[in-house]
Amino acid sequence: MLSMSPIISVANLSKTYGSGFKALNGINLDIRRGEIFALLGPNGAGKTTLISIICGIANSSEGRVTVNGFDINKDYRAARSLIGLVPQELHTDAFESVWATVSFSRGLFGKPKNPAHIEKVLKDLSLWDKKDSKIVTLSGGMKRRVMIAKALSHEPQILFLDEPTAGVDVELRKGMWEVVRALQASGVTIILTTHYIEEAEEMADRIGVINKGEIILVEDKAGLMQKLGKKHLKLYLQNKVETIPEALAAYNLELSEDGREVTYNYDTKGDRTGITSLLSDLRNAGIRISDLDTTQSSLEDIFVSLVRTP
Amino acid sequence: MNWRAVQAIYLFEMARTWRTLLQSIVSPVVSTSLYFVVFGAAIGSRITEVDGVSYGTFIVPGLVMLSVLTQSIANASFGIYFPKFVGTIYEILSAPVSYFEIVLGYVGAAATKSIILGLIILATAALFVPLHIMHPWWMLTFLVLTAVTFSLFGFIIGIWADGFEKLQMIPMLVVTPLTFLGGSFYSVNMLPSGWRTITLLNPVVYLISGFRWSFYEIADVSVSLSIGMTLGFLAVCMVLVWWIFRTGYRLKN
Repeated sequence: MLSMSPIISVANLSKTYGSGFKALNGINLDIRRGEIFALLGPNGAGKTTLISIICGIANSSEGRVTVNGFDINKDYRAARSLIGLVPQELHTDAFESVWATVSFSRGLFGKPKNPAHIEKVLKDLSLWDKKDSKIVTLSGGMKRRVMIAKALSHEPQILFLDEPTAGVDVELRKGMWEVVRALQASGVTIILTTHYIEEAEEMADRIGVINKGEIILVEDKAGLMQKLGKKHLKLYLQNKVETIPEALAAYNLELSEDGREVTYNYDTKGDRTGITSLLSDLRNAGIRISDLDTTQSSLEDIFVSLVRTP
Repeated sequence: MNWRAVQAIYLFEMARTWRTLLQSIVSPVVSTSLYFVVFGAAIGSRITEVDGVSYGTFIVPGLVMLSVLTQSIANASFGIYFPKFVGTIYEILSAPVSYFEIVLGYVGAAATKSIILGLIILATAALFVPLHIMHPWWMLTFLVLTAVTFSLFGFIIGIWADGFEKLQMIPMLVVTPLTFLGGSFYSVNMLPSGWRTITLLNPVVYLISGFRWSFYEIADVSVSLSIGMTLGFLAVCMVLVWWIFRTGYRLKN
């Protein structure tokens, strides 16, 4: 069924720059129709390079990308007309009016004039009262929204947002999330890159992590949240313990090297955490506790541990 | 063909022209008028005739060409360099437009602007000296061909340039000298034979000669050679542009 096929399919994509720097290495990635996909990764991981290749701004060295089944090189017209791109940097004209620059984008993508649509886009992005202003007079946050308006001017099915909320204040960021959600509701597939884990957690259906030009994880947010749901109970013991008694084997406790700490991993979303029985079993085994501490792994921890592994 | 994209780029570039009307139209007209005053009236009064035409009248085609050449290059190079400089080129590259359409939009607008300018300068010249155009259609053909060719050349410079200095370098160090030495202000036949031979290596000679022929039927070289050289230069520029887009030179990394 066509609607189940990925809207973007990246196969074995590599990019080596003239300097010999390998920015992307064998990327395989499918983007599902209608989802919000968050691409996370540290600076220089290859996020922008990947987006640039899909959108036609950079050439790939190897591999193939299709957008709705259209090859981005052979059928570039069909592929590109489906895509709206909001790059990371604020690249705008200076002396054009907001209305003129957004209308220009629509024309560039070959769409007939449609003032009603442009009016709607500008209103959705709270730019309507600025439609006759020169772009040079706008604030940074407004310029960012002008770029989003340009990307939406030609009614794309896919929207790329490269760091959409970088340098945008909290209130505006929330406003932008609302816009993105409304777009998704109207059937647009959204791919966003971000530094803010919070943003990915809040927005994304699926999360991909890219590091050093390789995709190291793609998972449903729900799956990641399950990992997130894991908590660790750390128990500080009064007396040193050599080994964990047989009676406590079922808890899969981890004993620290100095024998003074025991860690118990449990799922907060489970019916029973097992904490109460663990504590009573510990007492029965004669192990006394001086203190305890619980910690939760965040998406950030998962992310950091993923990108740190060599 | 994505005609709407061509139209969008063309109108965007033309809007820039109207926004910078003083710089784009008025300043070349003023500087050309100065040439008329200095060369036509002051110095020209000491020179009686060149090839049977009064000196002031003789320099008109050369002056028009001088402006058309420099303005075509300046407009087209700036038109494509600026989006590269401020980064808005991303939108052109990510749009469903072919290279041909991009060139048509940018070069078409730059050429339109310099053709309009050439005609304005011609009208200005008519205020200073009596003008008669013997072959108006040939005159327009040379004007359009030159404007298109040098706008293409400017487009290439705009893509090649990675700084404002480079953007100015070719027009200043190559095109202006070639135009001045290309017979704008004199007939090549007035030169000693050695210099004449060297001058014939200058492509601008053929443009000005052909253009002047369409006015007064006087030419330094045969008209067919003029047309041939102009078309030849046009072909070279087209091949260069084709190569630029095929390889993504200085546009895509």
